[in-house]
Amino acid sequence: MEYVDPLTGFRVDGRRPNEMRKLKGEVGVVARADGSALFEMGNTRVIAAVYGPREVQNKGQQVNSKEALVRCEYRMAEFSTGDRRRKPKGDRRSTEISLVIRQTMEASILTHLMPRSQIDIFVQVLQADGGTRSACINAATLALADAGIPMRDIVTSCSAGYLCSTPLLDLNYLEDSAGGADVTVGILAKMDKVTLLQMDAKLAMDTFENVMGLAIEGCKAIATYIREVLLENTKRLECQRG
Amino acid sequence: MLQSKSFVKKTKQGRIQKVVREHYLRDDIYCGFVPCSACDAAAERKLVADAAAILVVDTNVVLHQIDLLENPAIEDVVLLSVVLDEVKNKNLAVFNRIKALCTNKARRFYVFANEQHRDTYVKDMVGESSNDRNDRAIRVAAHWYQSHLGESVKVLLITNDRDNKRKAIEEGLNAETVESYVRSLAQPGLLDLVVVPTSGDVTMEDVEDHRPSKRKVIYSEHKPMSEITSGLRCGIYHQGKLRVNRYNPFEAYVGSESIGDEIVIRGRSNMNRAFDGDIVAVELLPQDQWHESKSFIADDDEEEEEEEDVHLVPNSADDAPRNASSTQSSVGSSAPSVSSRPVGRVVGIIKRNWNSYCGSLQPMPMPAGSGGVAHALFVSKDRRIPKIRIQTRQLENLVNKRIVVAVDSWGVLSRYPSGHYVRTIGDIGDKETETEVVLIENDINTRPFSTQVLACLPPLPWTLSQEDLANPNRQDLRHVRVFSVDPPGCRDIDDALHCTLLPNGNFEVGVHIADVTNFVHPGTPLDEEAAQRGTSVYLVGQRIDMLPKPLTEDVCSLRADVERLAFSVIWEMTPDADIISTRYTKSVIKSCAAMSYVEAQARMDDSRLVDPLTVDLRNLNSLAKIMRQRRCDRGALTLASAEVKFEIDSETHDPLDIGIYQIREANQMIEEFMLAANISVAEKILKHFPLCSLLRRHPSPTKEMLEPLLRTASSIGLNLDVSSSKALAESLDNAKSNDPYFNKLIRILATRCMTQAVYFCSGDLTFSEYYHYGLAASLYTHFTSPIRRYADVVVHRLLAAALEIAKLPPIFQDGPQLTGIADNLNYRHRNAQMASRASVELHTLIYFRTRPTDTEARIVKVKANGFIVFVPKFGIEGPIHLTPKGDKGGDWVVDEVHQRVTKPGTNISYAVLQTVRIHMEVVEPQPHRPKLQLTLI
Repeated sequence: MEYVDPLTGFRVDGRRPNEMRKLKGEVGVVARADGSALFEMGNTRVIAAVYGPREVQNKGQQVNSKEALVRCEYRMAEFSTGDRRRKPKGDRRSTEISLVIRQTMEASILTHLMPRSQIDIFVQVLQADGGTRSACINAATLALADAGIPMRDIVTSCSAGYLCSTPLLDLNYLEDSAGGADVTVGILAKMDKVTLLQMDAKLAMDTFENVMGLAIEGCKAIATYIREVLLENTKRLECQRG
Repeated sequence: MLQSKSFVKKTKQGRIQKVVREHYLRDDIYCGFVPCSACDAAAERKLVADAAAILVVDTNVVLHQIDLLENPAIEDVVLLSVVLDEVKNKNLAVFNRIKALCTNKARRFYVFANEQHRDTYVKDMVGESSNDRNDRAIRVAAHWYQSHLGESVKVLLITNDRDNKRKAIEEGLNAETVESYVRSLAQPGLLDLVVVPTSGDVTMEDVEDHRPSKRKVIYSEHKPMSEITSGLRCGIYHQGKLRVNRYNPFEAYVGSESIGDEIVIRGRSNMNRAFDGDIVAVELLPQDQWHESKSFIADDDEEEEEEEDVHLVPNSADDAPRNASSTQSSVGSSAPSVSSRPVGRVVGIIKRNWNSYCGSLQPMPMPAGSGGVAHALFVSKDRRIPKIRIQTRQLENLVNKRIVVAVDSWGVLSRYPSGHYVRTIGDIGDKETETEVVLIENDINTRPFSTQVLACLPPLPWTLSQEDLANPNRQDLRHVRVFSVDPPGCRDIDDALHCTLLPNGNFEVGVHIADVTNFVHPGTPLDEEAAQRGTSVYLVGQRIDMLPKPLTEDVCSLRADVERLAFSVIWEMTPDADIISTRYTKSVIKSCAAMSYVEAQARMDDSRLVDPLTVDLRNLNSLAKIMRQRRCDRGALTLASAEVKFEIDSETHDPLDIGIYQIREANQMIEEFMLAANISVAEKILKHFPLCSLLRRHPSPTKEMLEPLLRTASSIGLNLDVSSSKALAESLDNAKSNDPYFNKLIRILATRCMTQAVYFCSGDLTFSEYYHYGLAASLYTHFTSPIRRYADVVVHRLLAAALEIAKLPPIFQDGPQLTGIADNLNYRHRNAQMASRASVELHTLIYFRTRPTDTEARIVKVKANGFIVFVPKFGIEGPIHLTPKGDKGGDWVVDEVHQRVTKPGTNISYAVLQTVRIHMEVVEPQPHRPKLQLTLI
């Protein structure tokens, strides 16, 4: 199958290779949580809720009493994919993604400011159409900011792939399942540091660099958008306070 | 703007799934019209201002009138993406042609992505079929063009669909049918290219056939697709590719996976309008109809008849006629195994493989009153293709020409498919024309290399640079006495050798191969072109290069007395030809002599010469003899072929003399070292890249394939053991008689039972399948001719990567793509061989046109009304009829077991392998259709 039309240069869904899907971010969607956010990348839609910082519930999990304990749970809703199948909690894939999100977020949270406390991040995929891992990280960033948890920088993530000898930004499910390489990058936007880099195929060194460069561009664009959303939200809060 | 598409699909497991996809609509798609000011200035523009009209074509126009669109008279065409998508789904071949038109800078064909444009996207309406929706999308896009460009330019929708045209006119668009548009261009020649709509078929029939009986339904209707798919699933029907017997167009085979055997299909009515290469659904006939009927030609009451032409001797089973129906039905044979092959008939065609074909019009009386539309029957040169009915307005121009014709349709009422004229190649019988026909038929690209390809060449004149010498991976071997031995007049020298005596008494033997990959880099247009061509093609007196001439004849060619880059395999060998060590390196060499085989042979034979070069040659020769002996002991087959050689007049390029190509010791010597180099390289690359090496294998022939050989052998009392290549080699060696040519004849017969060796990707097969039967080598590849074979280029890259000189190009990580390359190479390789054979046949005909000859021939096969003879002197073979044509051969009795034909009551008999005297002469049974005829004297 041709994922990039050789004559028009468009992808299957009408994007150009270096274009992202439509982004949408909203904070404060879960009233009970300390911070929450909804994030959409095209048809991929995830919700994140943050509880904390709060007292460590299970002391046994605490490794270092001088730093906050960050926990993360990733789940896919049973209705999130086309075929409605029971997704067991704690399967390999969600354990792995939970770990990835936790590590990425830990890199930006100033954990040393909150000793003997714990932060819980819950991310749930409502609708999956490729790039859930990136969307979850972006949603978690928004939710953490909403909860007012101190962070070094905004962490954003975006994926890029390589199909039909073209680097493609932000793969959707169809492109993701094409079997090409899928590079997921997470960066600290202002500090320009990479906190996450995953790839699940082989790529030649120079193509890899191109693909990764494209993903970083995508991350930066998302960071700008997230900053806007947060700014908007802060202004709204300011207005409410009067 | 965002739209979402949602549809329901069934997964492979049979579950129903709802799929939702995003569909982005954009405002940055431009019209491509040069003077348009509303669109972005940087956008690509193709449609010019002074065009009479901008044409918007619909899907069926592209599908059926592609030959017309390819004509330069049609320009300024807008192709909508909805049309392209539909074309792609319906016919990939047409899609590739239209794609080539769109990417061709010289043509003004613009692709407009209407499905992505904000204003031209149409939503599916409830209850609307997808065809109607697409037609509506086309009209909306045409409308957009008209309103976007304003009144200054006429936008014309071209459609043959009456309904669509009516709706378009109602909506205020300009719309016309293809025919009326072409008529308005006032170029009568163009009208021949227009495909007549299928409804015209019946009227055509009326014109041509006055006999009322002919109006009957000739073929059974094809089953509808839904029935075929369900039939395939429950095993009633079998799917496969139809291959028509090259030597008997009334017999075809369908290789079916579901049965695991070939299904035989006999007669045109059972083939049911299928062409060679079509994917068809086949229904098996009841077993009692499986018997091999000899009279199958009779149930097709056609004027055509099975007739074998004189042709070149086949070199392998792939070239040879199938051992179809002639033998197993022998009288009184009570063996239960009689025809175990299933016989079937075609019930439907899943995928058409219609192409354009070369040939000529069947001679016919010129109709009175020229200038009008005439109907004619086209006879393809490829005998597998049935006659094609065409309409033309220029009959008198076409009668004695070779023309190209494309097929359009084949209804149940008409005996022949209908098609249309595409172009004229030249006069029948003219050497250039016929050569071009050969090239077209074998899909050989003769176009000059494009500028992009030529831009990849190194600056000329090329000389050895300091960088090359300073490269640590490149060894300087200029001081070594390297020489090359090739056929006389060879310009593309890709191999050279050296042989030095080492102080310890061993020899250092080097094979130096032109370093083509130093100039042809992966991914460049040059590389893509070479990959596509696959091989150089050698015709009589002509060569079609794989690489541009400067590379082929100069920069890469290892000519004498110039410094050239090479890729070398260097062995240390004992005087007993045992390889002690092997080393591979890129190198710089300076050949001291480029000899021909004759020269090299003369030097070796002249005992007075003791110069170093001659000594090297003799050393190499003695090593080669040992290696050859060892190879034969291992079971390599010494096969024989009857290759011929022409002496060509330098002025007229007509053949002056013809003779069998002589194989000398020098040829065998070079061959031996090339084989050794190929095997060494194959081992090396497979060790490093077990999954992505390009190797060459030769499958062992099956019992069935060897059967004609065994039958012939047993009829003359010779016992051949074919259990393994070694056993066969030995029994071939023992096949001796007092007839000096006997052994060679048996070897020739054995050769043609084998299939050809093929390239493959090592990841696709298991190790035991890598075996090369003919060479009795467990591994083999092609390394030694990178100038003329692309496979060698690929292997050079693999070897360089194995030596860590260069990086492995990314293509090797893509298994399917590599398999695709291997398949293309096999296809090109085969076509190149077919083309050179056809070229030789053509020149044979030209040669005998002025020289009727009497000569000796050997009978190789006995048939009902005659036998097939092989003419050793000229390497051709053809039928000899004992009885006149049409006569069923009543007074000759064929004894199949002993392969003998006798005339009862007399003692005249002919047996297989017997020598006969024949007369060869070119006759013209029909004007402008010369053919070679053999008669017994």
